[in-house]
Amino acid sequence: MSWRLVLLVATCAWLAGVAPAQLAVRGALVHTMVADGAEAIRDGVVLVGEDGRITAVGPAAAVPVPAGWRVLEAAVVTPGLVDAHSVVGLGGWLNQEQDQDQLDRSAPLQPDLRALDAYSSRDRLVTWIRELGVTTVHTGHAPGALVSGQTMIVKTVADDFESHVLRPFAMLACTLGDGARAPDNASPGNRSRAVAMLRQELAKARDYLRKRDADDPAKQPDPDLRLDALGAALRGEVPLLVTAHRARDLRAALRLADEFGLRIVLDGAAEAPLELDAIRTAGVPVIAHAPMMRAMGEAENATMRLGAILRDAGIPFAYQSGYESYVPKTRVVLWEAAIAAAHGLGADAALRAITIDAARLLQVDDRVGSLEVGKDGDLALYDGDPFEYTSHCIGVVIEGTVVSQAVR
Amino acid sequence: MRLAPALSLLASALSLAAPRAQSDPGPDARRPLAFVGATILPVAGAPIEDGVLVVRDGRIEAIGPRAGTPVPADAVRHNLAGKVLIPGLVCTHSHVGAPAGADSSEPIQPECRVLDSLDVRDPGLRKARAGGLTTLNVMPGSGHLISGQTIYLKLRLGSTVDALCYRWPDGTPMGGLKMANGTNSMRRPPFPGTRGKSAALVRAIFARARAYVAAKERAAGDPEKLPPVDLRLEALAEALSGRRVVHFHTHRHDDILTAMRIADEFGLRIVLHHVSEAWKVADEIAARGVPCSLILVDSPGGKLETMDIDFHNGVELERRGARVAFHTDDGITDSRVFLRMGALAVRAGMSRDGALRALTLSGAEILDLADRIGSLEPGKDADFAVLSGDPFSVYTRVEQTWVEGRKVFDLADPQDRLFAEGGYGASDGQAWHLCCAGQGGGQ
Repeated sequence: MSWRLVLLVATCAWLAGVAPAQLAVRGALVHTMVADGAEAIRDGVVLVGEDGRITAVGPAAAVPVPAGWRVLEAAVVTPGLVDAHSVVGLGGWLNQEQDQDQLDRSAPLQPDLRALDAYSSRDRLVTWIRELGVTTVHTGHAPGALVSGQTMIVKTVADDFESHVLRPFAMLACTLGDGARAPDNASPGNRSRAVAMLRQELAKARDYLRKRDADDPAKQPDPDLRLDALGAALRGEVPLLVTAHRARDLRAALRLADEFGLRIVLDGAAEAPLELDAIRTAGVPVIAHAPMMRAMGEAENATMRLGAILRDAGIPFAYQSGYESYVPKTRVVLWEAAIAAAHGLGADAALRAITIDAARLLQVDDRVGSLEVGKDGDLALYDGDPFEYTSHCIGVVIEGTVVSQAVR
Repeated sequence: MRLAPALSLLASALSLAAPRAQSDPGPDARRPLAFVGATILPVAGAPIEDGVLVVRDGRIEAIGPRAGTPVPADAVRHNLAGKVLIPGLVCTHSHVGAPAGADSSEPIQPECRVLDSLDVRDPGLRKARAGGLTTLNVMPGSGHLISGQTIYLKLRLGSTVDALCYRWPDGTPMGGLKMANGTNSMRRPPFPGTRGKSAALVRAIFARARAYVAAKERAAGDPEKLPPVDLRLEALAEALSGRRVVHFHTHRHDDILTAMRIADEFGLRIVLHHVSEAWKVADEIAARGVPCSLILVDSPGGKLETMDIDFHNGVELERRGARVAFHTDDGITDSRVFLRMGALAVRAGMSRDGALRALTLSGAEILDLADRIGSLEPGKDADFAVLSGDPFSVYTRVEQTWVEGRKVFDLADPQDRLFAEGGYGASDGQAWHLCCAGQGGGQ
């Protein structure tokens, strides 16, 4: 290979954004999201070192950019966005049978299904949300079965996503209410049966855990991947992600959590405004439905103000893009939070709900969600207020690598 | 402990269930109205700072800057300083109110009318008013080659479809004809299985309709010679004569061309709807002068035909001088955020004036209603929305909607606010029409 070719390849690699990170991102306004109500830094700089982590954050006057570093500039810089719940990568963009891996309806309880085994990091919807600022997504099996499977938390990279998985098993996706009904007259056929089946399976898993921990190997049960997964929830290693909208289903979820000592996260929760005291008392966080989700079926009482209502009630929450079965096949969490911002939540809290608050809820705030030294160098760049309809996301960085400079 | 809130919820649910009283207009009803101080975006003409809009008998009497636009002495004044006043939004393609057209028996049923199915008390209409919409084209779905007759609705407060529909000069309810091509209308026989078959079936029925019209003309009013009344062909005859505009659902670039080809062959006045791949054939669309009613959705895909849907459709058509309107396709997108669609088109490069026109006057033109609505001009209906600010800012709220000089939505009214924002009871009984979502998700 001639040196010219080497140079060409190196240049292409740099242009494609695969060069090792030594990146400075400068913004007229840098939202660090490090503390409640903290002012954004005016004319701020974020430095991302070779290991892809943030090495410095501060006003440009105080943070000199080392010579030779690549510099990106934007009007507004935020942490890479964290979508608290999606099905991208499993629910493909074409919406054809062969690219819909978010839900297997052959059995009502399938906690053993891993998100990792079905995730397509190159699906166009992953690209779409990445180019709109999302760098971390909590995705996996969809609502629509009593226990549909596992979820994971992953960076929205296209290549080698397995090196960018933050939690391979983040939560267990459950659905309560009409959405849990099985097809073809199978069980569960109603709410009571659904909860009874879930309780029975959890009791079984509890028993299984006890036997598995027995000293005598001869008394240990055969491995059971379903019970292992439920066991992880019983041990508090992962929460149950309970998708439910009706007040009675939210109550049922809290009852289950109480009975089995489970950690749960309420998901969707259109009727949470009717159960604020119970949710707050239980100390359960909520991943609020997308403000523009269709207010139909069990979510008929959805409100664009849910974030504001939860905030005012002192309940931790984050926003999500959610699951869509048709057009649009995915929502965009940036645009959903924008609607929430305009409906009582305000821009600062809305931005928190898709950055640091989402990261905390997902328990990945040690790595993402804010711009702090030591955290991952994940950033989103905009040419104006990120929430404005007419602003664009103009750059996205994941662990110091520029993964998008599309103008979206 | 839970009883009290439960009762109050019940009470509010009951009050929601009751139709809003058709209140006695009172002694002030004949007085003119003056809306003073807003920035007025009339769409026809330049923005007016600190403007005055005078309304009398439901129509615009005068519009202009405060200096030079006298407020009648007896006018009821509304101070709108700091607000932005725009024409009522026109949605050229909506499915609110549980519209029905064709049933599942066959692919061509132009005799079916939305008029005979619509529930104007549906919460979807209240939400549309909350979005600043004042005129809708309510359509049957796209699961048929010809799914029936659409209806043009004025979002007055009223409890019957007859009270809300626009009418032709002869008094009959006004509407278009809904057609579709591409995959939505392809199914097992008697539905077409291919695009070629789809076009052939449509050509055959229009050829029959043309012969039917000719037979009627030959009869010259002689009852002995008139062909038997055929409602199916009567409806198509109205499309052939140009009275009834054909609203043509089409996504893919080749389907768009086919729709225009059929329109040319039979002299139909068509509007292309959705037109997801308009950017691929923008030159052809512009050259033929066919108007487009666009939808922008938040991500590509969801079905094969929307793989290449693009926010740039608006600007690509605008650059070529094609007529562009937007539609909600509610419930595909929500009428309450209809302004957002114009804003997304601006995001992709469309002019702000063009985008606002596409939400108002262009829609009115497409529905043959531009002599009455779509812009704020003397003599036109007093249909408008009062905004808290820039129409294309996410932070802007629709504060009031007025139809023919009557307020039909007020964000300050708690009940109206419920419909604007959602919450308990906001969607009670609302019917949802997700065009063809039930046919296997993305045929």
